[in-house]
Amino acid sequence: MTAASPRVERYSTGGRVGLVLAAALVLALLSGPFWLPSDAMRLVVQFACLLAMSQMWNLLVGYGGLVSIGQQAYIGIGGYALFVLANQLGLNPFVSVPIAGVVAALFALPTSRVVFRLSGGYFAVATWVVAEVYRLLVANISALGSGAGVSLTAMLAYDKGTRESITFWLAVVLLIVTTGGVYWLLRSPLGLALTAMRDSDIAAESQGVAVGRIKLLVYVLAAFGTGCAGALYFMNALRISPDAAFGMDWIPLLFFTVIIGGIGTIEGPIVGTLLYFTLRQVFGDYGAWYLIALGVVAIVVMIRFPRGIYGELAVRFGWRFFPIQRILREPK
Amino acid sequence: MNWLDTVIQGTLLGGLYALFAMGLAVIYGVMKQINIAHGDFIVLAAYLALGIVAATGLHPFLVIPLAIVVFGFFGYAVQRTILNRTIGGDILPPLVVTYGLSIVIENALQQTQSADPRSIKLGALETASVPLGGGLAVGVFPLVMLVTAIVVAIVLEIVFNRTRLGMAFRAVSDDREIASIMGVRDKRLFGYATAISFAVIAIAGVFMGIKFTFTPSLGPNFLLYAFEAVVIGGMGSFWGTLAGGIVLGIAQAIGFALNPGWGILAGHLVFLAVLLVRPTGIFARTA
Repeated sequence: MTAASPRVERYSTGGRVGLVLAAALVLALLSGPFWLPSDAMRLVVQFACLLAMSQMWNLLVGYGGLVSIGQQAYIGIGGYALFVLANQLGLNPFVSVPIAGVVAALFALPTSRVVFRLSGGYFAVATWVVAEVYRLLVANISALGSGAGVSLTAMLAYDKGTRESITFWLAVVLLIVTTGGVYWLLRSPLGLALTAMRDSDIAAESQGVAVGRIKLLVYVLAAFGTGCAGALYFMNALRISPDAAFGMDWIPLLFFTVIIGGIGTIEGPIVGTLLYFTLRQVFGDYGAWYLIALGVVAIVVMIRFPRGIYGELAVRFGWRFFPIQRILREPK
Repeated sequence: MNWLDTVIQGTLLGGLYALFAMGLAVIYGVMKQINIAHGDFIVLAAYLALGIVAATGLHPFLVIPLAIVVFGFFGYAVQRTILNRTIGGDILPPLVVTYGLSIVIENALQQTQSADPRSIKLGALETASVPLGGGLAVGVFPLVMLVTAIVVAIVLEIVFNRTRLGMAFRAVSDDREIASIMGVRDKRLFGYATAISFAVIAIAGVFMGIKFTFTPSLGPNFLLYAFEAVVIGGMGSFWGTLAGGIVLGIAQAIGFALNPGWGILAGHLVFLAVLLVRPTGIFARTA
């Protein structure tokens, strides 16, 4: 008689609960346009865009080990690509959202050639320089509205209800594609390689992981997701300008949602984004003091609780709503 | 447009950028970390100098020694109380914490000093110039900036290469654990490195305040200039950093001369070009 082999556990009760909750939430959201007031719908779209950007930044930083502080480059490129495709080329603006993501990914390829020459902190600041280059280039192109920006005139073709409903549904799709996509990616064999890279590049490389190629893939995927989110964000805003699109305000936001929520988990950015929107609704009017408080909280959390809110809770209570681990169990 | 004049003005502006960059290079050289709030500390130093000038009526140049002392102690305190907690293998904590500091400083200045543009007045010296012949002239103040940058580079080279402190800096930079075993007190040493960085920031801040009209939000720009100068110059010597600052100054000056919207962009593009062609920097000691 042969001994029973150990089995690999890939699901948990929490994981099943997580999937059921996520499915219920998606179904509830899909019916949103029939019962949500339009300002609430706009808020949900903003939420979805920020969560998508956060999941992409989490993939990049928390798993790929690529600490980019220049992802606003792809938010801006995605946003401007939408405006060019819809306003100037006359494409359907809703169809243009994923194409804008592809455009962002196409820009990421040559950009990676430059920024990948540096690593660590130097890589981080170089990505910021690149974002500034894109901002200054756009601000110098009069066809793109120069520094003042442009309005999404292509949207005039749709009445308010249609416009808001389709934007909202696109936001739900964006949520599924980014959060679900990251979940799927991390459960795939590639996810195993990514998790290995997160723990040690060198050890992963020695086990046959093509670290360089996977980093490039993650960088381009993150650019695609971030570009889609940027396009949808500015579709929702109906107006874009270089400072809003490529501005520096995005990065502190991502720090807040990902790091305070819990980096290196899928649940963390969700918690962080929910917390951010709650705080913004309550304290947003305090302006500079509110930003000072966010800065202080980011510093304290990074030093004292580097796992973030969800990370700390998950460790304490053993929660795994989006399990990506492979746990080896003794045979029964 | 007079090309020679543009290059000369760019070189002199490069002196200021070299001062921005050398403070950043000190911290990177010892701790292998980038202080994202570097530019915000430069802006903070300018506001400090402005406050001292307003309160005492001292000439701005005489404020510099005082600013160096205040900022030196300030830097030591910031390192010992906050930044030393981020030292370790992971690159994320120092980036996030210094980014957080950057946001706090910028918004605190916004709140207490308003967003109105300020500048430190230098009086008659501001417009004084030295004729070079052939219709060219260089301003006395820009010349002072460049000479100061050269002096700072000499002093830092001596400190890092000829003193026991510099030996300890290099040892910690090479291998923190081994250096600790050999009796180097690394945490205190990091405090000294940041104190030196902040002393240079104080000088840079006063000069920046005289040269530019400044607002609380300029910090990130100055960080990027400093970073670009360090990378263009290449790690390993402060002479490289000085040269990197000058290359950046010339690039920006030529860009501005071609079109006022292109100045900063030209600097960024030269940086990216260097990164593509020679990522170790133009003047790197080790290729």
